[in-house]
Amino acid sequence: MWRAELRHLFRRTVVRVQLVVLFLVPVLLAVAVKLAGGPADGQGPSFLDEVSHNGVFAALAGLTVCIPFFLPLTVAVVAGDSIAGEASLGTLRYLLTRPSGRARLLAVKALAVVVYSVAAALAVALGGLAAGAALFPVGPVLGLSGTSFSLADGIGRTLLAAVVVGLSLLGLAAVGMFVSTLIGSPVGAMVITAGTVVAALVVDSVPQLAFAHPWLFSHDWLAFGDLLRSPVTWGGIGRDLLLQVGYVAVFGAAAWARFTTRDVLA
Amino acid sequence: MVTEGLTKRFGELAAVDGVDLSVPAGAVFGFLGPNGSGKTTTIRMLLGLISPTAGSWSLLGREMPAAAEVALPRVGALVEGPAFYPWLSGRDNLARFDAAGPDGQRASRAARIEAALARVGLTAAAAKRYRAYSLGMRQRLGLACALLRPRELLILDEPTNGMDPQGTREIRNLIRDLASDGTTIFLSSHLLSEIEQICTHAAVMSQGHLLAQGTLAELRAAGEARVRVGVDDPSRAGEILARLGLCDVHVAPAEGVVSARLDAGGPADAARCCRELVEGGVEVSSLATVRPSLEELFVALTGEGFDVAR
Ligand SMILES: Nc1ncnc2c1ncn2[C@@H]1O[C@H](COP(=O)(O)OP(=O)(O)OP(=O)(O)O)[C@@H](O)[C@H]1O
Ligand SMILES: [Mg+2]
Repeated sequence: MWRAELRHLFRRTVVRVQLVVLFLVPVLLAVAVKLAGGPADGQGPSFLDEVSHNGVFAALAGLTVCIPFFLPLTVAVVAGDSIAGEASLGTLRYLLTRPSGRARLLAVKALAVVVYSVAAALAVALGGLAAGAALFPVGPVLGLSGTSFSLADGIGRTLLAAVVVGLSLLGLAAVGMFVSTLIGSPVGAMVITAGTVVAALVVDSVPQLAFAHPWLFSHDWLAFGDLLRSPVTWGGIGRDLLLQVGYVAVFGAAAWARFTTRDVLA
Repeated sequence: MVTEGLTKRFGELAAVDGVDLSVPAGAVFGFLGPNGSGKTTTIRMLLGLISPTAGSWSLLGREMPAAAEVALPRVGALVEGPAFYPWLSGRDNLARFDAAGPDGQRASRAARIEAALARVGLTAAAAKRYRAYSLGMRQRLGLACALLRPRELLILDEPTNGMDPQGTREIRNLIRDLASDGTTIFLSSHLLSEIEQICTHAAVMSQGHLLAQGTLAELRAAGEARVRVGVDDPSRAGEILARLGLCDVHVAPAEGVVSARLDAGGPADAARCCRELVEGGVEVSSLATVRPSLEELFVALTGEGFDVAR
């Protein structure tokens, strides 16, 4: 059943377009750097100043640019649509009488959202690696702490960073799926979920609300950069992933409680 | 399939109120009722899509909703019209639903799908996107989905809605075929003539209440029989029938017909009418005892009005 669900998801035009656009973002960055020259060292989004020295950084710059809003937005679309989309088409009643089992259906949908989330981040990384390799020299990667990694190691760390980014969106995905079980309209669920991202980013930027910052699902989204240190400092990434687990537990349980008991009238 | 005191409230409104249905195995059961009488709501409860406010029910002899995982795979359903993914073809839509539950072995999936498509006459349009389907084609695909595997019970909410006459006939034949294989069929419909043709049993709902249920013969017997006599002098015939003590005498001079209710007397009374009329000098050209049609019965039970009751 989960294979069928994945095939179903990745067949959708919206999903394919999102992945292609995510792939193109770092390509665009790389082209811009090629045409206009990179920012001065230390300026602009992190890693962007390095792109002209080493193409691998186009992937990391792409992740940095996409993580605050674009990646979460596409995850909000997929998570918000997960249940509400089926409800609004009316297909939910036929899936449930098949019977798919409500808990099983929710689990399969959740798995599909996880796979999408990681795939989306990987699309950015792969776009960056492809464009970087095409437009700039690639070679051993100079890490953040001054040591340099072999090219293979650098690419491996970049892909791992993408996976971490994908996983760090799961808190948001859980919120989105919960909203999707509450609301009949998929667009409404997407908008509300995207709204929580904006709200989290706003709260995160207000120093007076510092007490709330460590609890925001977006707080440690940039921690993936720590993978480029030697040795890797896992503190930020660990904290981030633990927080995501917390969100998934809370909102996953809420979604389960709601979805397994609600009346399906659509 | 049995329900006991099945009730569903939406706020104040009791959409379904204490319904005790009993659908025997092997029956073709017509579920009738005006718009908004609670048929779809009942079907949603039967399938576990919504939980009843009160009452209990069982499917295929198993207590629901606990037995949903065992009972539902043996039940095919069409609820409130078909629903599919507009961007997928008919065939891909069926594949999606086939894969979305238990015992959907991949090896035999294609064969199951082709058989279901053929059964509803949709093979030629199977590769078309659902978006491009006509109303009747959509309805057929919904039926195909319900027939993806052998079922012991089919719950069909207005299965011929939007179908052309050939389609309606085909569906009728399909239902007869399925019934003769022993499948129990529970179908709601507004087409009384259709119910009359294919059903063995029926139930009538109105404003959430179950007004009557039973075999068609039982239901018809519940309606009063009338004697209907064709005569040359209706007004005189009317007087004679009234003198005989028959109730509800109705004279239709234009048609040359008198009729009256046959109470306990039944056939004996009808024969007596004939004799008395002839002896009274009235020429009798025809005489029949008529049972009300299902439509008359339906209107008698649920009232005449055109407006939805609530
Ligand atoms: N989600 C809902 N919220 C509130 N009331 C509802 C809801 N769904 C149905 N109802 C009400 O319940 C009653 C029964 O509706 P139902 O859909 O079961 O009727 P029906 O017999 O299937 O009618 P039709 O012949 O038009 O299909 C109606 O009065 C309707 O307004
Ligand atoms: Mg209905």
